Amino acid sequence: MISVLQPLGRTFLSFLTVTGRLAIFTGNAVSHCVRPPFYPRMILRQMVDIGYYSLPVVGLTAIFTGMVLALQSYTGFARFSAESAIPNVVVVSITRELGPVLAGLMVAGRVGAAMAAEIGTMRVTEQIDALTTLATNPFKYLIAPRLLAGTAVLPLLVLIADIIGVFGGYLVSVYKLGFNGATYISNTLEFLEVQDVVSGLVKAAVFGFLIALMGCYNGYHSRGGAQGVGAATTNAVVSASILILSFNYLITELFFAR
Amino acid sequence: MTLANALPKIQIRDLQVAFGSNKVLQGVNLDIAPGDSLVVIGGSGSGKSVLLKCILGLLHPQAGSIKIDGEEVVGLTGDELEAVRHKIGMLFQSAALFDSLTVWENVAFGLTQGEKMPRQEAKQVALKRLAEVGLQAQVGELMPSELSGGMKKRVGLARAIATEPDIIFFDEPTTGLDPIMGAMIDKLIVEVTQAAGATGLTITHDMASARRISNRMAMLFEGRIIWDGATDQVEACGNPYVEQFINGRPDGPIEMKIQDHFG
Repeated sequence: MISVLQPLGRTFLSFLTVTGRLAIFTGNAVSHCVRPPFYPRMILRQMVDIGYYSLPVVGLTAIFTGMVLALQSYTGFARFSAESAIPNVVVVSITRELGPVLAGLMVAGRVGAAMAAEIGTMRVTEQIDALTTLATNPFKYLIAPRLLAGTAVLPLLVLIADIIGVFGGYLVSVYKLGFNGATYISNTLEFLEVQDVVSGLVKAAVFGFLIALMGCYNGYHSRGGAQGVGAATTNAVVSASILILSFNYLITELFFAR
Repeated sequence: MTLANALPKIQIRDLQVAFGSNKVLQGVNLDIAPGDSLVVIGGSGSGKSVLLKCILGLLHPQAGSIKIDGEEVVGLTGDELEAVRHKIGMLFQSAALFDSLTVWENVAFGLTQGEKMPRQEAKQVALKRLAEVGLQAQVGELMPSELSGGMKKRVGLARAIATEPDIIFFDEPTTGLDPIMGAMIDKLIVEVTQAAGATGLTITHDMASARRISNRMAMLFEGRIIWDGATDQVEACGNPYVEQFINGRPDGPIEMKIQDHFG
């Protein structure tokens, strides 16, 4: 009996340790985000890294998602002669769910991994200790700029992804399915509500924070050379992806549950 | 240099550090006088790096006291701890240069970030420091990845002295360097430390380097300082542990616990 309970207890204690450590890390990081000194140069650099360089991958994901959505909706809706609902389905799906979630997952893979690898390498090569000895707080210099940039930039990225995604649906609907272009756009705008876009942008801000947090946390606590950095990178992407999907449900519940 | 009644620059009393059941430091006592150059010798895993990290506030001891200029460091946090760190420069074993910054930005980092000096002014100071460690101004524009091991150590040394600290720590300064480059780095360390009038604390197991750098040595063994004295007395100290270590003899009172790793 003890041999069964022991690993369970060890796993539970380990879970509590990680949760507590993450909570302290988050509290510490957030407190440094709102207290000076700030590092605008570092924040700007991270905004470019996270936002600008993620545009191609997020843009491609969005356009193909919009195109597939239009095509799939058509095959389903044609059975009920409800093809006119396609613009509505595309725009609501993209702005509420697919835009923020897919952009979040793509950025988690691209940026979260890079953050964990960069900070993890800094940790194992003593660069973080060097920062500290040069009287610079690593939370202020490394973590806070990434959290601020992630939270600020992802909504912008998702806004662009929303537009590209809707454009993808437009392309398929007009050039493949024979819709009238002007009607498609007017249907899209008519059905779209402010809350659809706002909820997506709120999700994006939360996802941006989570991606940066998991990248920084896993990198900051990495140990043991190249293998440790590799593990930190994997953990950053996996944990950020799971948190994105969990928080997506929570925020949806918050905005749309009746 | 050592003045019997002067306030020690660094005073360590009964310092104890443990990681779980592994007691790394078990009551370290050490005084370092202003202007001294002390080398702490000891085998791998003897706790030398832990000692440095405790003084820097990177690790928190379970018990004991560390005073710098008479001010207690253990337990300090935030701005108070950063003020203490302003007094200290450090050359890391791997140099620990920031990959994303150029060489001059690395050297000037403590000035631009810690002391808020304007970038152009800090750059001039950085180039001056680079010259002091024998590097030309053009090197300042390179990235750390473009430097050899010896050049990285020089840049690390320039960064350590850039803010004119009162105390400079050297963590295994010659590790990974060939004997000639190692001797050159040691010579630079002595020159820059003396020129700055700084107090030096070095940890190493390279005895040739230890003899060149120090005027005092202390040996750390099983978590305690087992010998402390002038460098020119180390050969005749009469301590069997020190004698075995400095002569690199496999037989003697020090037993390497290789089996520990395999249970």
